[in-house]
This record gives sequence, structure tokens and C-alpha cells, in this order.
Amino acid sequence: MNILVVLIPVSLILGGLGLAAFLWSLRHEQYEDLEGDAWRILSEDDETPRGS
Amino acid sequence: MSDAAICPACIGLPEGQLAKAASNGTTQIILSLPGIHCVACINAVERALRNMEGVANARVNLSMKRVTVGTSLPIAPEELIETLEMAGYEARVLDTSLLGGQADAYGRGLMTRIAVSGFAMMNVMLLSVAVWSGAIGATQNLFHLISASIALPAILYAAQPFFQNAWRALSVRKLNMDVPISLAILLAAGMSLFETLVGGHHAYFDAAISLTFFLLIGRYLDYRSRKAAASAAAQLSALEVPRVMRLTNGVRQMVDFADLAIGDLIQVLPGGRIPVDGTITEGTSQIDRALLTGESRPALAKVGTEVTAGEVNMTGPLTIRAATVGADTTLRKMVTMVDQAEAVRNRYTAIADRAAAVYAPVVHILAFASFLGWLVASGDIRLSLNIAVAVLIITCPCALGLAVPAVSTTAAGRLFRAGLLVKDGTALERLAEVDTVVFDKTGTLTMPAAARDALDAETQSVALALTQKATHPISQAIAASLDGIAPAKLSDQQEHAGKGLSALHNGQKVQLGSGAWLGAGKGTYIKIGDRAAQKITLRSELREGALALVQGWQAAGLDIHLVSGDDADETAKIAKALQITSWQADTNPADKIAYINALSSKGAKVLMVGDGLNDTGALAAAYASVSPATAADASRAASDIVLLNDSLTPLIELPLVARAARARIKENFAISTLYNIVAVPIALAGFATPLIAAIAMSTSSITVLLNALRLKGKL
Repeated sequence: MNILVVLIPVSLILGGLGLAAFLWSLRHEQYEDLEGDAWRILSEDDETPRGS
Repeated sequence: MSDAAICPACIGLPEGQLAKAASNGTTQIILSLPGIHCVACINAVERALRNMEGVANARVNLSMKRVTVGTSLPIAPEELIETLEMAGYEARVLDTSLLGGQADAYGRGLMTRIAVSGFAMMNVMLLSVAVWSGAIGATQNLFHLISASIALPAILYAAQPFFQNAWRALSVRKLNMDVPISLAILLAAGMSLFETLVGGHHAYFDAAISLTFFLLIGRYLDYRSRKAAASAAAQLSALEVPRVMRLTNGVRQMVDFADLAIGDLIQVLPGGRIPVDGTITEGTSQIDRALLTGESRPALAKVGTEVTAGEVNMTGPLTIRAATVGADTTLRKMVTMVDQAEAVRNRYTAIADRAAAVYAPVVHILAFASFLGWLVASGDIRLSLNIAVAVLIITCPCALGLAVPAVSTTAAGRLFRAGLLVKDGTALERLAEVDTVVFDKTGTLTMPAAARDALDAETQSVALALTQKATHPISQAIAASLDGIAPAKLSDQQEHAGKGLSALHNGQKVQLGSGAWLGAGKGTYIKIGDRAAQKITLRSELREGALALVQGWQAAGLDIHLVSGDDADETAKIAKALQITSWQADTNPADKIAYINALSSKGAKVLMVGDGLNDTGALAAAYASVSPATAADASRAASDIVLLNDSLTPLIELPLVARAARARIKENFAISTLYNIVAVPIALAGFATPLIAAIAMSTSSITVLLNALRLKGKL
């Protein structure tokens, strides 16, 4: 049963990391153009987007 | 569940986007690109724009089908549009101020709450599984305590939208869907905390938090579909920033309509719509007053003639002194009138609101009755309260809350990808009931085109070269029908007001214009050198996809009518080509409205498809309406659905999607009702453990979501 003392915090921390990552991506406008970004990965255009 | 969940004014509040752009020394121009669909389009558009001088950056948003251009030098939107047209993409200006900022604080806030409650739900569920699978005594108690410490803060944060709405409703002594929701969440969390502290067996933390999670998803979907509708409306009114040619000390300058002042001199070229009420100070022309009078024959206009906004200048350039500007013009007043006509139609109540009105009181009465019943039977307040909470959780309208938003979001998304903007939230529900369609002819089913076959190759290339830069509708029609031909080299091009165009070609004089000017008969002629003038036959050509659309809708069981302001011969020809049996020619705007009202009074639910200003009244009078994006501002404002492409093909599946959406919504209501019939007796009888509540709730919610997703595939 002592293993629970380790496992419960571990699962909470891992879940918390996922939550933090999601909130970060949400704040940094990663979900503004899902369709376009799905296509852009196939683009061979090397030009880096300027100013965006 | 579309009670006052979101204040419409909160949608799309500007969030420092414009200010941020301005601080970089740039201004932003947003263009709508209805035709883009793939990675090649993104690259071509961005490359074309970046190569322009003065463009600092260009970023395409494929989901919204628009491009945001940041400029370092002042560039007119017209130049950007021209560049994109050379690259092969249709573009239209969007008014940045009307669209507001692109970031939306409300949607992002909801998303954050979903993430937080989802995180808490997963962890609480993990602990709950241990309890359900038989943890007892100290372990069970510890797990309940940990659950409480995760779930309570999460609930307090994530469920705020429900609490706020419920409080707002209660403070004006009303009931809405959020009242039972908030009550269930608060009671479940409070009871569970109490049970945990006294060492009881049943804690509903998982149910409380998963209830919050699923309802937030429903709220988010609801918000998404509302936002799509709201941004469609904004996009429509922003679609054509009216640009006006102003004369200042003899210099012509394009300015925004909003910048005009009374007394300004403006110039209107042939084919242009007169933007203001005023008096002609220079020029002679014929003007089309069909919009206001219904009179389709052009009227003569000369110096001193008073003109009204919305009239079309037909033949020669005119200079007009503006007497009214902005919202006072006749045209804008007409738009206001249409808005009022629309308000009548907007009394339609959405299915979800009707369901909520019945549902909320029933749930409260049921939960309260079960509390009283068990109190009388057992005399145990704690047990009775526990059972009442179970009833509230189980009946809580998870599935009901998801039923409508999930379906309408999926349907609107599907239509948007096909090139249709759904402007009004209830449009799909009304469209599903439509059984009769009334088409306008010119501009909707047909486009003007010139018959090219009668002309030889040289004449064709000369005609194209003459007309391709001209603004007159006939010139544009000729140029469009000669697409694909190499234009001849011309010099000394001239436009003769009210007559036509002339130029020099290989030393010969070439002319294109009215028969009277070229010494020939009635109609449009082209003359090369000393050769006899040749007639250019103008006819109306079916718009792309028109036949397929009419056949598709007839197959869908719709009764098709054609109403046109054109003469009987032309209308009959088109009606025959499209196999439409009921048609009426020579109609004015009032006739069209009367036609629709006559159909409606016989019990028909009429869908009006039209584009002209003379259709505006009919569009507003019909049960539902569709117009192409090329339609006049007022027509677009009056219609529920706007077609973004030139082809009519995307419209074919419109009634099918609408009917399928209505069917899915009804199925979803059936699913949640069925689930309540099974689950409520279990809860009333006191057998609802937290495990059963969690399973039942999740199953019904997920079933409803999956059912809505069926709309994405084949209908």
C-alpha cells in the first residue's frame, strides 16, 4: 500500500504537466487554424512566417 | 440548451490585436478568400502577397478562409485583390473594425475550464475505480479525501459559467437549464464532502466533476456554432467595405464610404451603384431606378437631376454632390426596414429552448418529490437528500445539453467547407421544414454572357482587349465570355460616355458600343476599321451548377418556382431549360413578395433564393432564404445562408444536411429521454450508486456526440 504514496503524486504531476502543456498551447494560438496547420506541414515552402 | 448562455456582445471582443499590429508600424488588412482549400493555395497566396512591395507579412487562415496582411507602407486593398486575382484567387475586403479581434476570450476561457475539469475528472475517476472495486475503511476514506481535494477546487473554477447564469436567472426570479445543473453540481459536491468527513460510503465527486466536464463541452459547442453564426453576420456586413471615388480639387481618390462628408463631390462610373443621395453636378447618363420604383426602364439623368443611393449608373460617368451620407441614405434606411421585417421571422423559437422550458421544472419537481417521499417513508434526512441528489445528477441534462449544439456545429462546419455560410442559428431548423423554393432568375440562376461563336478570331481578340478593363456590366459580360483568348494589342484606348469604347489596332480604328453610335441597329456592336459592324449577341447563360441544383432539389421533393423581373420569352426559355413548370415573368419587387405570401398562405414553407436588391423584400418575407455572396449588401443581410462560390453546386445538399441535422437532433432527444426513462426509476428507488450515475451519464453523452458526428459522412 505504501506504493500509493508515490504513485498518486506521480499520476497527479504527470496529468498536471499535460494540463500545463495544453494551457500553454491554447494561450499561444496553436488552435487558431487547425485545418491550415494540418496542411502546412506538407508544404515544401521553406519561407518562415514573418511576424506571426 | 441555448438559453442566455452567452451574451452576444461578448463574442469576438477585440483583444489588442489591432493595437499590437499598429505598434509594429504596420496596419492590418483582412481579405476573405472563398476559393482556397489546400496547401498549394496557402503557399501561392502568401508568396504572391509577400512579393509585393510594402507587405510586411501575410498569414492565411484556412479554417476561416481569410488572409491577414500586415503592411509597412500604405497599400490600397484593391492592389492586394488585384495581385491575388493575377495569382488566380478570388478575394474580397473584410472590414477589420467589424470583425473585431481574432482572439476570443470567452471561447478560450471555456476551453481552459474544459481542460481543468477534464484533468480533475481523470484523476478522480482513477481513485473512484479503486473505491468501486472494493476499497474499504481507511483506504476508502483516504481516497475520498484526495478526490475531494482535487475535485472541489476544480469544480469551483470550472463550473463558474453555470453558477453565474443560474444566479442571473434566479435574481430575476426565472428558471433556466443552468439552475438544475448548478443545483446538482453544488449538492453533489456538498453531500460528498459531508459523507467523506463522516466516513460514509458514497461520494459523488466523480459524478459532479464529470457532469461539469460534459456540460462544458456542450456549452463550448453551443458557443462555437453561435460564434460561427455571429462571425458570418459580421463577415457579411464586412464583406464589401464600400469604397467611393471622391473628387478633391479635381483629384480622384478612393475613400471609405464612412469617410464621406455632406457636400463632397463623388464620381460614379458606368455600371457603378450610386452610394449617396445627392444632385448631379456634371455628366449625362441613364440610371436604373429599379430598386426604388420597380421601373426597369432606365431614366435619363443630367446636371441637376436628384439621385438616390442604390440606383445604378448605366452609361456615362457622373459627378454627384452628396446631400446625405452614412446611415441616413435611402439605401441604409431600406436595410433597416428589412431588419424589421426579419425581426418578425426571428420569433421562431429554437427546438432547444422549447425543450428546456419543459425540462427544468420537471427535474426540480421530481428531485423535490423524491426527497419528500423518502423523508416520509424512512424519516432519514441524510438518506433522502442522498437520493434527491442522485435524481438530480442522473436527470441532469448532459445529453440534452449536447443534443443541439453538437449537431448544429457539425452541420454548420460541413456547410462552411462546402462554401456556405450559415448566418442564423435557427436557419437549419427552418430549412429542414422547407417544401417550396422560389428562385430569382437573373444573377441567381443565370449570368449574362456574350455568344462568342458568331465572331471571327481577330474580332474576338479585339473585343476582349477593348472590354477587359471596362466597368460596364455588358463589357464585363463580353470579357468574361471571351475568357481564354489572347487579347489584341491596342493603343489609344478611349471610353465614350453613353456610347462605347474605341481604340487603335494595327493602325485601324476599332469601336465597340451601342448600335446607334456605330450606325447599325439595336443592341451591342463591334466595328473594325472600315468593315461592317458586327452584332454581339447577348444572352443569359445558366450559372454553373444551376441544372444540377434544380434537379437535385426536385429529387429532394421540393416544389420549384421561378420568378423573374425579365420578360416572358427569356423567362420561359430558362424555365424550360431547367424543367421548372411554375414560373412568372415581368414581376416587380412587390409582386415577388406577393407571390411568396400567396404560397405561404396556402401553408407552404418557402425558401427564397435571390440576389438583387429587388429580391430583398422577398428574401425577408420567405420562411428561409439564400443568396450568393455577389448579391447586393441588403440582400445578403436579409438572407439566412450565403453562398460563397460562383457555382451553385454546393447548394444541392443544403436541404439534405438541414433535414439530416433535424433528424439527428430528434434522435438525440430520444436517446436522452430513453436514458432518463431507464435511469430515473433506479435513482428514485435509491439504487443509484456513484458508479451507476457515472456510467449512465457518460454513456448518454458520448452516444449523443457520436450520433451528431454521423452528419460528417454520407447523408
